[in-house]
Amino acid sequence: MAYLELDRVAKQFGAQTVVDDFSLSVGKGEFISFLGPSGCGKTTTLQMIAGFLDPTRGAIRLEGKDLTAIHPAKRGLGIVFQSYALFPHMTAAENVAFGLEMRNVARGERAERVRAALAMVGLAGYEDRHPRRMSGGQQQRVALARALVIKPSVLLLDEPLSNLDAKLREEMQIELRQIQRTIGTTTILVTHDQSEAMSLSDRIVVMSQGKIEQIGTPQETYERPASAFVSQFLGKTNDFAGAIDRTATPARLVAGSWSAPAPAGLNGAVTVSIRPERIGFGDAGLSAKIVTRIFQGNHWLFQCDSECGPAIVIRQNDGQAQPAEGDAVRLAWRPEDMSVRARAVA
Amino acid sequence: MSMAAEERSARAPWALTAPALMLFVGVLLIPLAMTVMLSFHDWGQYKGIEPVFILKNWHEIATDPYYAEMFWRTFRIAILTTLLTALLGAPEAYILNRMSGRWKSFFLLVILGPLLISVVARTLGWALLFGGNNGLVNKLLMSLGVMRYPIPFMFTETGMVVALAHVMMPFMVLSVWAALQRLDPQIENAAMSLGAGPATIIRRIIVPQIMPGVLSGAIIVFSLSASAFATPAIIGGRRLKVAATLAYDEFLNTLNWPLGAAVATLLLVALVLIVVGSNALIERRYAEVFR
Ligand SMILES: Nc1ncnc2c1ncn2[C@@H]1O[C@H](COP(=O)(O)OP(=O)(O)OP(=O)(O)O)[C@@H](O)[C@H]1O
Ligand SMILES: [Mg+2]
Repeated sequence: MAYLELDRVAKQFGAQTVVDDFSLSVGKGEFISFLGPSGCGKTTTLQMIAGFLDPTRGAIRLEGKDLTAIHPAKRGLGIVFQSYALFPHMTAAENVAFGLEMRNVARGERAERVRAALAMVGLAGYEDRHPRRMSGGQQQRVALARALVIKPSVLLLDEPLSNLDAKLREEMQIELRQIQRTIGTTTILVTHDQSEAMSLSDRIVVMSQGKIEQIGTPQETYERPASAFVSQFLGKTNDFAGAIDRTATPARLVAGSWSAPAPAGLNGAVTVSIRPERIGFGDAGLSAKIVTRIFQGNHWLFQCDSECGPAIVIRQNDGQAQPAEGDAVRLAWRPEDMSVRARAVA
Repeated sequence: MSMAAEERSARAPWALTAPALMLFVGVLLIPLAMTVMLSFHDWGQYKGIEPVFILKNWHEIATDPYYAEMFWRTFRIAILTTLLTALLGAPEAYILNRMSGRWKSFFLLVILGPLLISVVARTLGWALLFGGNNGLVNKLLMSLGVMRYPIPFMFTETGMVVALAHVMMPFMVLSVWAALQRLDPQIENAAMSLGAGPATIIRRIIVPQIMPGVLSGAIIVFSLSASAFATPAIIGGRRLKVAATLAYDEFLNTLNWPLGAAVATLLLVALVLIVVGSNALIERRYAEVFR
């Protein structure tokens, strides 16, 4: 049964619809990411769950109970804000203790839980520091401890790592995932960083312009993107114009000089999407010429000019000789590695 | 770099600031020094000012309880004015800050607008409303039979505090407003998500954070109120004097310039000490948190 459920939720600001027809059910203990470009409505959706905004339409339920009827102060959710929103006049320990104070937790137990929460995020010994005297990463940890110490039913994270530098971000991602696994809190993370969403989540909700494009595991969304938007947004991809040829028996899918048995259910013009690392150089397939070859340590990146337009190919650096710039090559891939969508013909 | 160039570059800052420095020295330091010197001169009804060095004026101020009463009243009025502006101005700024776009700019204009009107005009407004039997409000209340006598406003300390608070309010509101701008826009949501109600949020989260703004506003209001002249002159006249109106009277009515200079010097020194002292206290108190 769904633990947290959003049922056709929509939000309008005046005439502008910012979130539309948003339905999602989150299982208990699941780690979900909202992924999408800036302005697509991720924060708005999160704030509706938190209660800072009221949905224009639709319902939000937690364990079957209507969440929108509960005041935000009584929802018992843990929230980490992009700006951290720590209380600057309180020490780290006082910040973390605030939620417990509001719940009238006895002083002794409070101190113990604050200590444990700060230790969990690796800040033992920083109890008496004020936020302004802490680094971005440390402030981020205090914010996380403050949200977790109240044992929230759901943890909401709004781009919590976006203010950190790349290395620290990676460390915090690993830590965040470990903490979430250990205590099993149902978590929703908002991010516009696809690698962050993929490395952390059980499932990703890809959003665009207020609508859900796809919900799926990181692998599904990466390998079976439901739309051109998803495949473009999640990493590099090649889109080739192709067609289903029903005159041949059995019917074949043709893209330039590459062809394969046609998948069922499609007809006419299609788009063939294939990830650069799934394309190999062979004796048959799409004819192409290598324009540039870039060495990137563990892999090679080839930019090619093919019959069906520009193509990117990534090959693992396995010590084998690689084609050089200017070489004519044939691009081939296994049918199961591509995704095929109907294409509107202008 | 040659010696000459080095010398020139060392002199450049002085040369560049010279005009401003000269203005500063000319219109502020020299008159100030002359006022201090004047306070040590002698004065007599018939002989006028005598440029000698005596402590007569200072001795008079120190021993005559009249002056102590004057200064005590000045600071009492300034403190009450400061408290009143803080109690009204801080909530005013907070409410203003919560308003949405168009209303916000409209009311900000309403609050700051009075700064464009002369203090004299604003204080006279109070006098027109509450001035004795002819004050508009007093007339109305008396004709309605609500009261038999006019509200005591003119020539009272209460009247002076109210009128001064009205004049000083924009400074407090602006100062608190600036502190509110530094608040994280999500800070109230953060407190709410942790289970805090509206009253707790204001008491535990907002007030402590805008306190530096309130205190710096208080310093401004206090020093302006203690040295204010126009409002006490109109409300208090010559019946209820404060340090500034006292000094003025000594200069222009009694023509005892040296005594007036001593009063003015004492007011200045006391104010500088109070302002610098409280500023240092505030800085120390909040250094840990806000730097
Ligand atoms: N209070 C508001 N009034 C009107 N429009 C708003 C309001 N809040 C957000 N919007 C609009 O709603 C859209 C979605 O905003 P939202 O903050 O949810 O985006 P986001 O996906 O979180 O983007 P980002 O990655 O930049 O944080 C934006 O176009 C924004 O301009
Ligand atoms: Mg956002």
